[in-house]
Amino acid sequence: MIISNFKDNLTFSTIELDVGLKAALAKSRSDLIAELTASQLKGRGGAGFPTGVKWNLAAAAQADVKYVICNADEGEPGTFKDRVLLSDFADLTFEGMTIGGYAIGSKIGIVYLRGEYTYIRPHLDAVLAARRARGLLGKNILGKQGFDFDIDIRMGSGAYVCGEETALIESLEGHRGEPRNRPPFPVDTGFNKMPSVVNNVETFACVASILAKGSAWFKALGTARSAGFKLLSVSGDCKKPGIYEIQLGLSVAKMLAVVGGEDAKAVQIGGASGTCVPRSEFQRTIAFEDVSTGGSVIVFGPDRDMLEVTKNFMEFFVEESCGQCTPCRDGNPKLLGGIELLEQGRCSMRYLNELLALGETMQIASKCGLGQSAPNAFLSIVKHFKGELMGRTHGVH
Amino acid sequence: MFVSSQERLKSDISAWLDRFGRDRTALMPVLQEIQKKYTHVSPYAMQIIADAVGIHPVEVQSVVSFYAFLDQSPKGRFVIRLCNTISCDMQGKAQVAQQLRNDLGIDFGQTTTDGKFSLDWAACLGMCDQGPALLVNDIIHTRVTAAMVHDILETCRKTFGVYALETKHEEGHA
Repeated sequence: MIISNFKDNLTFSTIELDVGLKAALAKSRSDLIAELTASQLKGRGGAGFPTGVKWNLAAAAQADVKYVICNADEGEPGTFKDRVLLSDFADLTFEGMTIGGYAIGSKIGIVYLRGEYTYIRPHLDAVLAARRARGLLGKNILGKQGFDFDIDIRMGSGAYVCGEETALIESLEGHRGEPRNRPPFPVDTGFNKMPSVVNNVETFACVASILAKGSAWFKALGTARSAGFKLLSVSGDCKKPGIYEIQLGLSVAKMLAVVGGEDAKAVQIGGASGTCVPRSEFQRTIAFEDVSTGGSVIVFGPDRDMLEVTKNFMEFFVEESCGQCTPCRDGNPKLLGGIELLEQGRCSMRYLNELLALGETMQIASKCGLGQSAPNAFLSIVKHFKGELMGRTHGVH
Repeated sequence: MFVSSQERLKSDISAWLDRFGRDRTALMPVLQEIQKKYTHVSPYAMQIIADAVGIHPVEVQSVVSFYAFLDQSPKGRFVIRLCNTISCDMQGKAQVAQQLRNDLGIDFGQTTTDGKFSLDWAACLGMCDQGPALLVNDIIHTRVTAAMVHDILETCRKTFGVYALETKHEEGHA
């Protein structure tokens, strides 16, 4: 399994620029999407929806205007791979978007960059200007008659929920970032009610790589159900935090050995909305079929207080809930209240069980992915570290 | 010629609307520009945009109130946002937070009385491998220690107001 901590060692740095785009433009649209589907690429933002299927739906939609939207609203706690990609491999992401424009028949690409990353914006503007100058954006791209495509950058304003694709679209349209009901899906009714594909920064970079090196190359990496390689953002109690690239299907234990976190008692995979994997389950694998992640890995050493961890995550969700639906708006503060009781050593097992039931209700009844995944960290930490959480004495006065 | 602040705001917004378009999709970019220049979006600004885009001002207020980086009352010229995520916690965030309180004389969520600094928490800033991290307006600082806080704040002071003039003066003599 290849794994590395330096950007020069990443697969993305071995991909020759423009090769993927040229290969794409030499194909018919249906062949291009077939190639992508054959690679079995799944969305790298966390949800893992098959990219080929998504693009196929958008390509089939009948409309004069379509949009290719890059979700660069990287906000999941512990994730920073998109920052690295946009800083070092922006060309590859833009190339992937351009391929998307050709595939679905769109002329307009939009990057939704989170407000916290405003300092990357000048770099991205410069890369886009250079691409325009080289004929990789604009009219008749690379001499392909009738293929026009350009990319605009739009900024977020500090709302985590806008990483959810329909909330992102709401924000682009000048509304509060409140997720929509789905269906209709963005591939059918997206930005300005037009068919839109919304993909993660890493997904677009993968698309350009796949077109450059072929779907067979990509599919050969990883597992049967999780093709390819994946970037991980590793932080926390480990000797070598940073960006790592793995083939999907790597066990948590092997990953920890490489990052220098062998003595960890638990690892949070997938950020605040992910799950907490305790030491006893370190043989589990990082893949869509087992522990799925958008890339966030936070390592907790032997002395880490897991209640503090779950409290931090729950405070995050109380702050970031858009407030639209009741399970998420009211559920998160309830869970946080329970965590505070645990902290004070005043929570009965009966009440804790009620909170666990509430968490499960939130998973089912919340409107969007944020609310559905908000209780994950709490539920998994309570499940695995009950002994550590119950009957605390130092908070009792 | 004397231009009232309301007139200036109006002409600024008009220029931004020309740049971003006069429909609702221009709302976020225009609000972001207003926030950047005026440190908040006043009710007057909301009214002007609402008229231009053809929506009720309360719609604009609803949007402004939703986003953490848009404010309805004036912020400091320098907004300091300390990352509140667990990874930064584990790298000594609490100490940096306390020193920020000490050196600014305000708590999180507040603005100094001279209007120079606001102190806020931020959700994950994406610098988890090199925390604690904080943003000063758009500029990111990583591996911040409590001892570095003073220098970060002084650098801000030297680029703004009377201190900036002093710095330029000194440079002129050097």
